[in-house]
Amino acid sequence: MSKLRVVHYINQFFAGLGGEEKADVKPEIREGKVGPGAALAAALGQDAEIVATVVCGDSYYNENLEVARKTILDMVKQQKADLFIAGPAFNAGRYGVACGDICKAVSQELGIPVVTGMYIENPGVDLYRRDVNIIKTGGSAADMRNAVPVMAKAALKLARGEELKAPEDGVLEKGIRKNMFRDERGSKRAVDMLIAKLSGQPFETEYPMPDFDRVTPNPAVKDISKAKIALVTSGGIVPKGNPDSIEASSATKYGKYDIEGVNDLTSDKYQTAHGGYDPVYANEDPDRVLPVDVLRDLEKEGVIGQLHRYFYSTVGNGTSVANAKGFASEFAKELKADGVDAVILTST
Amino acid sequence: MVHVCTVVPISLTVGANRIVPAVAIPHPLGNPKLSRDEEKVLRRQLVEKALQALQTEVDGQTVFER
Repeated sequence: MSKLRVVHYINQFFAGLGGEEKADVKPEIREGKVGPGAALAAALGQDAEIVATVVCGDSYYNENLEVARKTILDMVKQQKADLFIAGPAFNAGRYGVACGDICKAVSQELGIPVVTGMYIENPGVDLYRRDVNIIKTGGSAADMRNAVPVMAKAALKLARGEELKAPEDGVLEKGIRKNMFRDERGSKRAVDMLIAKLSGQPFETEYPMPDFDRVTPNPAVKDISKAKIALVTSGGIVPKGNPDSIEASSATKYGKYDIEGVNDLTSDKYQTAHGGYDPVYANEDPDRVLPVDVLRDLEKEGVIGQLHRYFYSTVGNGTSVANAKGFASEFAKELKADGVDAVILTST
Repeated sequence: MVHVCTVVPISLTVGANRIVPAVAIPHPLGNPKLSRDEEKVLRRQLVEKALQALQTEVDGQTVFER
C-alpha cells in the first residue's frame, strides 16, 4: 500500500516566520514537513507522509475568511491529499478558528478525513466542534508532546475508515447522538452507575449535563416603588389558542404578549401551552403561573413603579439550553431598551 | 432577575442568582385547595418575597426561603 498523503496546516508562528508582526502573511505552501510537522510525521509513522505544509498568518485567515479558505482548499486539492491535519492550536483563538474553518471546508469540499487539536476554551471549539474532529489538547505549546501522538493516531484511524469515539480517542464530543447496541440493558447500567456513585467508585455518565454558565448577580433594585418590572415565564402562559403555536415540548420559540389594561389573567383569554405538567390548574387560573393580578394590585398601590406592558413566555419542557439562551439574549435586549429595571421569571 | 420556581435544584443548576421557592409544579404561584381570596393572599406573599429578593444585594446564588 502506498503511503497516505498528508497535508498539514500551521500558522506563521509555528512555521518560524514570526509572531504578531507576521500574522498577516498570506497562505503559502511548502514541500514536506515544517515545525511541529516533524513530531507529527514521527507519530504518523510508516503509513503516512506529510507531503506538504500550508502556512498562513492567523490575522490574514480570520480577516479574509473566504479568500483564505478558497486559496488553501486549492492547495490541498493539488496535493491530492488523503488526510488533512491542522494545528494543534492549543488556546490560540485566531489559530483555532482558522484550523476549525479550514478543516470544515476541506472535509466538506474534498471529502477527506480531517483532524485538528485545541484547548477546550479555544473559541474555535464552540464554533467547529459539531463539524470537525477536534482533539482535546492542553492550553499551550508545552502540551505539543502529548497532543501530537493523539492527533496522529486519530488521523490514522479515520484514514482506515474507522470512527473516533469520545473520550477514548481524545476527541471532543460533537454533540451528535447515535443509536448503538450495548451488551447490558439501560436499567442495569443505570443501577450499576448508581451503586458506584453511592459507594464512592468512579463511574461514567452516558448523558453528561450541558455546561451551564454562571453570571455575576446584578445589584439590588434601589427603589422598587419606581421600578418597571417585567414578567417572564417558562411555564407556557399564552393567549387562548396559543397564537404563536409555541410547542408543548422542545420549544423553538417564545411569545411576547401585550397586557396593557389586563388586570387579571382569566381562563377565557389565557391558557398554558406547556405539555410537561398537568395544565388543569394553570388553565383554570393562569395567574397561578404568571401573577399578573397581584402585580397590578401592587402597581395600583404604588408598591412597584410599573408592570411592563409585555410579558415573554416560552415552554421550558425539554427545551434545549441553546434555544433558551437564544430566546433570552433576544428579549433581554428588548427589555433593556424598554427601560425594564427588574424581571420576575416564573417556572413550573 | 428573580427566579420564582418550584424545583430549586434546577434553578441552582442553571445558575439563577436570586431564587424564591414556589408552591408546586403545576401551580407555582397558587394553590387550588385554598379559596380564591386565600389563594391570592398566598400569591401576593410570594410576589412580595420576589420583590424583596430583587431589593437584596447578593454575592452569589441565594435562595430566599419562605
